[in-house]
Amino acid sequence: MTFDYDGWIILIGVLVAIACAIPGTWLVVRGMGMMGDAISHAVLPGIALGFLISGTRDGGWMFAGAAVAGIIAAVLTQVVHRWGRVERGAAMGLVFTSFFSLGLLLIVQTADTVDLDPNCVLYGAIELAPLDVVGLWGIEVPRIVIPLVIVGLINAVVVVVLYKELLISSFDPGLSASQGFNTKWIHYGVMVLTAATCVACFEAVGSIITVALLVAPPATALLLSRRMVSVMTLAVVIGSAAAVLGHFSAITVPGWFLGSGVDTSSAGMMAVLAGLLFLAGVVFAPERGIIFRRLAARKDAKRVAVEDALGLLFRLEERGVRADLHAVEGLLRSDVRIGPSQMSVVLARLRRRALAESSDGEWKLTDKGRSEAGGLVRAHRLWETYLAGRSSIPTSHLHEAAERLEHVTDQAMAEALGKEVEHAERDPHGRSIPPA
Amino acid sequence: MPLPHQPTSLPPGDEHDLSAALSIHDLTVAYDRRPVLWDVDLDVPTGCLAAIVGPNGAGKSTLIKACLDLMPRVSGEVRMFGSPWRAVRQRVAYVPQRETVDWDFPVSVLDVVAMGTYGRLGWLRPVGKAQKCAAMEALERVELTELAHRQISQLSGGQQQRVFLARALVQNADLYLMDEPFASVDAATEQAIVAVLRSLREAGATVVVVHHDLQTVAEYFEHVILLNMRVVATGSIASAMTAKNLRATYGGRLTLLEQAATALGQLAKDR
Repeated sequence: MTFDYDGWIILIGVLVAIACAIPGTWLVVRGMGMMGDAISHAVLPGIALGFLISGTRDGGWMFAGAAVAGIIAAVLTQVVHRWGRVERGAAMGLVFTSFFSLGLLLIVQTADTVDLDPNCVLYGAIELAPLDVVGLWGIEVPRIVIPLVIVGLINAVVVVVLYKELLISSFDPGLSASQGFNTKWIHYGVMVLTAATCVACFEAVGSIITVALLVAPPATALLLSRRMVSVMTLAVVIGSAAAVLGHFSAITVPGWFLGSGVDTSSAGMMAVLAGLLFLAGVVFAPERGIIFRRLAARKDAKRVAVEDALGLLFRLEERGVRADLHAVEGLLRSDVRIGPSQMSVVLARLRRRALAESSDGEWKLTDKGRSEAGGLVRAHRLWETYLAGRSSIPTSHLHEAAERLEHVTDQAMAEALGKEVEHAERDPHGRSIPPA
Repeated sequence: MPLPHQPTSLPPGDEHDLSAALSIHDLTVAYDRRPVLWDVDLDVPTGCLAAIVGPNGAGKSTLIKACLDLMPRVSGEVRMFGSPWRAVRQRVAYVPQRETVDWDFPVSVLDVVAMGTYGRLGWLRPVGKAQKCAAMEALERVELTELAHRQISQLSGGQQQRVFLARALVQNADLYLMDEPFASVDAATEQAIVAVLRSLREAGATVVVVHHDLQTVAEYFEHVILLNMRVVATGSIASAMTAKNLRATYGGRLTLLEQAATALGQLAKDR
C-alpha cells in the first residue's frame, strides 16, 4: 500500500462523498431521496450518447447528455404520473428503469467499437482511476479528480448562493411560490445538480453506488442534527468517513476470511460502510437513536415508579394507616404494578433522595418527601376534578387518566388547573385536595 | 346571529370596486377538469377582517390558492388593490395550512419566521441581521420570543400556528390571506391570533381568513364570504350571515351543482 495508489483512491472516494453530500441532503429533506436513485439511473443513456458523439470520456458532451437525460426523465416522470394516472413512485420506477435499460443497451451495443465498459458504468472503476493521470501544473493527478472537484465546487457555490431559495422551496412550496420563488425551476435546478453530480461520480463509483453516497450520509446526518447547515456539514464528514473506512475495509476485510492478498471492490465497500454508518446512527444517535430513546424511556419509567411510590405513602399517611414495609411492597406490586426487578431500585431511590425512610418496620415520609408527594397528589386530584367537570370520562375511570397526567404536570400547569376548577378543595371522590 | 331583511345579492360582474383589497371576477377553478369553484365573483373591501366560510370540500383553500396563482384557473380574473397579484406580490402575505409543511424539517423557529422576509429580499440576496431582527420582532408580537432557537418539531400545534402568523407579520403586507389559522389551536392561542388580526386591521391591512367555526364568525369578522363551490352570499355579517344563506351553504351536502360537476369530471375522463 502506497500513498500514490491508495491515497488517490481514498481522495477520490472523499471527493465523491463531498460532491454527493450537498445535493443528497436537499434531496432527502425534500422527500425526494428516490429521485436521486432515479436520476442516477436515468442519466445513463445521456452519458452513453454523449460518449458516442464525442468518442472520449472526458468533456462536456457526457455532462450535457446526462443533464438533458436527467431533465427529460424528471419531466417524463411528471407526465406519466399525470397522464398515465399512476402514483408518483411507480411513475419514477417506470421511467428510470426504462432509461437505464436504454442506456445499457446503447453501451453494450457499442462496447466493441468504443472504450466504455458496462461493468465500469455500473460499479465504477475506482481501482483503475489512479492509473489514468493527467498533468496539472506539473503534478500528475488522476484525470477523474478534475470533474469531481469542479462538481463539488459548483455544488458548494450553488448552495451558498441559493441557500435561502432552496430552503423556502423545500420547506414550504406554497409560501415560496407566493413570494415569487418559482418552485418548479428550483426543483429542476436540484435535478440538474444531481444529474451533474451523478455523471462526475459514476466513473469513480458507478451509477448504482452513487445512490448510496447520495442518500445514506445525509440520512445519517439527519439523525444527528436538526440544523440544515450542520446536516450538510455532517453529511460531508460522514460520507468522507465512509470513503476512507470503505477503502481500508476493501483491502483488509476479505483477507481475514480468504487469506492475505485478497481484496474487494473499494467502491462497493464504501457504499456498505455508508449503510453501516447509517445503521450505527439509528442505534447510537443521541436523542433519535434507539439506545437513547430506550434509556430515556427507562429513566421516565423509573421516575414515574418513584412518584407513584411517593403518592402511595402519602395516601397511607393521609388515611392514618401504618406503612408496614411488607404491606407497602405488596401494594406497590399490586396497585402501582412495580415489577420485582424495579422494586429495590425504587425503594433505594426513595431513601437516597431522602424522600422517605424506613424504621421500626415501617416507611415514613420525610418533610421533603411529603411536600413532593403532596404536589403529586394535588395534581392528581386537580385533574380528576377538572376532567369530571369537562369531559365524558366516567367517574370510575377518572383515576386512570389522572394517574398518567399527574406525572407531566408542572407548577404552572397545576396553578392553571387550580384556577380552572375554582380552587376546589375536594375532588369528585370527596377527598381533600392538598394545598399548593 | 342577526336575522335578515333580505338576502344579499351578488355584485354584478362588471361593477367591481377598484379600491377593494381583493376583487375576484368570474373565477372558475377545476381539478382534473372537475370544477371545484364556479363563477366566483366578489369584493373584499380594504381594511376589514373577512372570513371565508363553508363546508368541507367547498373550495375555501382552493379559492385562496387560485388568487395566488398556486392553482391554475379555468377562467376569471383576480385583482388585489386593482392590480394583478404579480404586480403587488410584496403587498400580499399568504399563510398556508399548518399541515402542508413537514414540521420535522431541520430548521429553527427563527429560520421559518425569517422566510417571510425572502420575498422582499428577492433572489440571491442572503438573510442578514435586519431580517433576523424583523423576525424576532414578529415573534415578540405572537409571544414566542423564548422559542426562537428551538427546532420546529418541538412546537405544539398552537405554537406552530403562531410561528406561521409571525412569518406573515414579518412580510408587513397590506393583504393577508390565511388558510385555517384557527385550526386545532387552544383557546388562548385563538385569542392571541384574534388580537393580532385586529391590530393588523387597525394598521389598515385587510385580512381574509378561511374559517371553520361558524359560532365565532360574527365576533371576529365584519365581512363574510359564504362559499360552497360558488359564492352563496357575501357582504357584511349582518347582511350575508342569514339563516337562509347558511342553509344554502351547508344544507343538502350533495347539491345539484356538485352532481353536475361529478358528471362533468366523468365526461372529461371518458373522452
